[in-house]
Parts: sequence; structure tokens; C-alpha cells
Amino acid sequence: MINLPTADLHTHSGITGLGAYRPERVVSNDELASRIDSSDQWIRERTGIIERRFATAEEDVVTMGTHAGLEAIRDAKIDPSEIDVVIVATFTHKYQTPSASAEIAHLVGAVNASAFDLGAACAGFTYGIGVSDGLIRSGNAKNILLVGSEKISDFTDFDDRGTAFLFADGAGAAVISATDVQGIGPTVWGADGSSRDAIIMAPDSIAAGLQGVPSMLTMQGQQVFRWAVGSMGEICERALSAANITADDLVAFVPHQANLRITDALIKRLHLPDSVVIARDVTTSGNTSSASIPLALDTLRKSGSVRSGDPVLMIGFGAGLAFAAQVALVP
Amino acid sequence: MSQEDVLAGLAAIVNEVAGIPAESVQMEKSFVDDLDVDSLSMVEVVMACEDKFGVTIPDTEVKNLNTVADAVNYITANK
Repeated sequence: MINLPTADLHTHSGITGLGAYRPERVVSNDELASRIDSSDQWIRERTGIIERRFATAEEDVVTMGTHAGLEAIRDAKIDPSEIDVVIVATFTHKYQTPSASAEIAHLVGAVNASAFDLGAACAGFTYGIGVSDGLIRSGNAKNILLVGSEKISDFTDFDDRGTAFLFADGAGAAVISATDVQGIGPTVWGADGSSRDAIIMAPDSIAAGLQGVPSMLTMQGQQVFRWAVGSMGEICERALSAANITADDLVAFVPHQANLRITDALIKRLHLPDSVVIARDVTTSGNTSSASIPLALDTLRKSGSVRSGDPVLMIGFGAGLAFAAQVALVP
Repeated sequence: MSQEDVLAGLAAIVNEVAGIPAESVQMEKSFVDDLDVDSLSMVEVVMACEDKFGVTIPDTEVKNLNTVADAVNYITANK
């Protein structure tokens, strides 16, 4: 049997740039509460969310992702032509094909890039970090633009008392490059399709077309909360252990911004020391699925709460019951 | 473990999770209407009960646990 050559291996990979895009329109709890016979206080107590942002009719996954991507490219100080791969994590792109990534690659000027979308919902960004780490260290890429972009307001049932106030729109992006030191720890990840219906777009898109009703995001809140709080703590511990560090070495914890109650319960389970900065971007951004982790990390970085080289623990979790966690160094 | 012991253990959990005084956790009280334990806190109470009493309380059973007595009886019968 012949032995095929590998690409020229890169020894290390790391995050070298970050970008964020938050739509201008701020939506208060009061604006959403009346339709579901609820209140600002009720929403705050159950989610920690004070406000969130919704995109305009003209904005979509591509336009928001392009803004965030361009900022990340500038931050990484590379030319767009140096990007080999554009990955877009999303579940709210309006076309099943072609991909959002091909269009975003074109719009950011990544003329030499391959492009594909990644479907892991709220775990999409940390899945993308794991995939990018592998692509770079295998030699198949040198610079990757990873975007998490979502316009969930298009798929939210504003009459659903369980979800109307949770979801929001936005985009975050990172550039992952071949680097001198390893800036991304091993990814601990998985999925459980036996819980398909826990978070699902219903009805499915074919039935929605036949019946003339929109396909909306639905969630079994108690089931998902129990899974997230009960199982994701161990995944975090495994990611720390795989990175050969302890909670005491950590500068920040950046979980998917699903609900502040999940974050608080995870902190308790992980016994994180008080010195660890906790990302609480959900309070003003809502749950933006694949965009939530890069948006939250960007907030911590711009506020000076984390600095270049600081180790942070990221974990994404959500529909598919897909999850992925890793430690990474702040660019 | 007697019913009184389960009640005392459950009261401690409800206090820890939701900050409700343990003495308020009495058999006839409704978690939602009387003790103001919301649906997510209820999940945390159930998970803590599983750890403390060594019982399994499936998702499908959680919605049937309306009163403190429902929970105490379920735990007593299934542990």
C-alpha cells in the first residue's frame, strides 16, 4: 500500500483575533412580556436577562457575520487573502444552500478560502475552535476565520412563555492561526441524538412549507436545564484536565450564554475560585447561540477583564444535545 | 429513613437552592404557589434530592411533584 504524504504540519495553533457585531436595536423585557402575560421581574429572575438585541429586517446571518469577521481579521493583523478556510457556525441562515460561509468569505475578501457551515447550534463556536485547531495542526490550513452568527428572532415564537424572552441576534468571530506556542487546549466534545426533541425547530421545514406555518425554535426547558447543569460540569473538568491546568490557573470562565441560572449552577458545581472572571454577557445580549461565546469573550477583553495570554475555559452546549469545551489563550 | 427524615432533608435542600426558610417547607405546601420555587429551581431541588437520597426522579415525574408531600412520598417509596 502506498503511503500518501501529509500536508506540511504546523506544530501549534491559537486564537489570534476576535470580532463582534451587536445589532443596534435594544429590546427590553417589557417589550416582550405583555404577549406572554409576564413581567420584567419574572424574566430577570428566571434568566438574568435584562435586555437583548434584535437585527433589522435588512440584517441577516451573512451581514452580521461579515461585520464580526472583518473586525476579527483586523484584530489578527492579517490580510483577508491569507485566510485558507472560512467556517460559519449557525442554525439561522435563511438558505439551506448555499452556505453562509461562502458568501461571508466573498464579502470579507477571503478570495483564497474554502468555506463551509457548521451545524452544532449553541455548541457551534467551540466545535469550530476544535475543528480549526485540527485543520491547522494537520497542515491543511494556516489561517481560519471562524464566525458564529445568528438571527434567532426570525425563528422565535413570541407567544411561547418558555422561550420568547431568551433568544437574540448577533455575531462573533475569531481568527485561528498557526502560532509559536499552543493556544488551544484539547477539545472535549460529544452529542446525544436520543434527545433530538429537547431543542428542535418545529414543525420541520418540509411540513412547515406544506402546512403554511413557520418552523419555530421549541425547547423543553426543564430537561435542557437539567442536562446542562447536571452534565456540563464534568465536561468542563475534563477540558481543564486535558489542558493540564486546574480551576485555580483559570482567568475566566466563558460558558455559552444560555441563561444566567445555568451559569450560576455550573460555577457552584465546578467550585470555581472567586478570582475567576465569569462571563455574564447574557444579561444584555440574551442567548445568541453560536455567537454567544465570542461575543462574551470580546466583552471581557474590551473591558480589560482578560488580557492577552490569559487562559479561559469555554463551553458550548445546546440542540442535538451537542457540546464542546476547551481551554484557550486570549489573543 | 423515616418520612420525617426525608422531609427534613428536603427542607434543607429547598433552603439551599431557593433560600426559603426550612421551617416553611411543610407537607401540605405547594412548591410553586406557596414556596415560590420556580421551574428551574425545582429541577435543582430534584437533582439535589437524587444525590442526597439515592433516588432516581425522571423528567416525566418532576411535573407530578406539586406539593412537598408529593416529593416526600415519592422519595420514601422509591429510595
